[in-house]
Amino acid sequence: MELIQLSMPLLLSGLLLTLKISIFAVVIGFFIGLGLAIARISGSFMLAAFSQGYSSVFRGTPLMVQLFLFYYGLGQLSFIRDSALAWWVIGDGVRCAILVLALNSAAYTSEILRGGFMSVPKGALEAARACGMSKWLQFRRIEFPIAMRQALPAYGNEVILTLKGSSLASTIAVLEITGHAKRLMSQTFAVIEVFAMAGAIYLFINVVMIVLLRLTERSLMRHMAA
Amino acid sequence: MGIPYVGSAFWELWEAGWPAAILRGASVTLAIGLCSICLGIVIGTIGGLVKWARLFPFTLAIDGYTTLIRGVPELLVIYLLFFSSAEFVSQVTAAFGYGGADDSAYGFVVGTVAIGVISGAYSVEVVRGALVAVPRGHIEAGRALGLSRGRIFRRIIAPQMLRLAVPGMNNIWQSTMKDTALISVVGLQELMRISSIGAGSTRQPLLFYAVAAVVYLGITIVSQIVFGVIERILNKSNRAG
Repeated sequence: MELIQLSMPLLLSGLLLTLKISIFAVVIGFFIGLGLAIARISGSFMLAAFSQGYSSVFRGTPLMVQLFLFYYGLGQLSFIRDSALAWWVIGDGVRCAILVLALNSAAYTSEILRGGFMSVPKGALEAARACGMSKWLQFRRIEFPIAMRQALPAYGNEVILTLKGSSLASTIAVLEITGHAKRLMSQTFAVIEVFAMAGAIYLFINVVMIVLLRLTERSLMRHMAA
Repeated sequence: MGIPYVGSAFWELWEAGWPAAILRGASVTLAIGLCSICLGIVIGTIGGLVKWARLFPFTLAIDGYTTLIRGVPELLVIYLLFFSSAEFVSQVTAAFGYGGADDSAYGFVVGTVAIGVISGAYSVEVVRGALVAVPRGHIEAGRALGLSRGRIFRRIIAPQMLRLAVPGMNNIWQSTMKDTALISVVGLQELMRISSIGAGSTRQPLLFYAVAAVVYLGITIVSQIVFGVIERILNKSNRAG
């Protein structure tokens, strides 16, 4: 049991970093994704094309390639190294991982939200115009809530995928759960035990996420309860 | 200017043989992808059939397997398989008096098994969904005609299941392709690893990773086209004439 005493504190300290990376990435990614979804359904061809291109690129390439591209590739450019803000983000492993994970999540989120927006019944929009609502009010009161309710299950899935994506930060020397697990595996050779512990932590976070999501779904669907 | 002189550097790289290395890496990536999706299809078919047929004790095992693999990051699964068997392989080779293990074949096998196991977990759900989606009316018609259970399965359920599973398998293929990049951490010389080596030795990470991204994007786009064609062929008889 000394193995558990040795590794659990390390894995739990990794847990804090994993949560930090995931939560920031999800929140930032949501807002970027929302912007991209709005751009996609707007009338403008340029915006829609940009959003679609962004989505294709970030969903068509592995997260690891994107991570290395930003961390190593952008770090090569001297104007990035000289700029204080850019280097603050790209130079640090944790912040770079948050940025890349957010951009990646935004691509999937924009597709999910686009599906949500397209499922808003036209009748509701026409009724809103008939009531004299401005476009912004219509968006805020009608389109957005209906779209979010529709998109919530798929978005919950995407949150869990982002959580799993945070493990890739271990490849750019961030000591979150997977980073600690890899070190422990190679140091102690107790591979299956370390995997079991790290896996249990991830599954636990998943369960918490799913419960939170069910609660959110239930509170948003309260008006539908019989 | 911080932007690297891609123009003149490009010919140096061409002479050093990097484009050939990238192509080699891409072919290894495709090979791993194909082998592991086959493994995933086998696991998924067996698991999906078992879950659909509701064979009680086995469904629990399969549910445990899918929940575990879907909840744990792929990287952790790869590390599990890599570290637990690296030890085994080096013990075996040490016992026989050889120095090191055969790196390339070994990394390929570990990578294929890892990604195959991961894609299998998702495939189980796709296959099960496809089996459930076969219209009940067809099965009832088969029974009304007096066909045996085996025949109903072979002639009615299985062909339709294959057609219904294609969109789901398209998604799984896309994520399998992207997961192959993770095997670079165990040192296998696939596209991501070769890009890393190139980036490190020529000090041009931007160029190499951008090229890797373009190649992956190319594979993705070609896969989408191929799956579109497959879906159109399989659904030809379903469209109203």
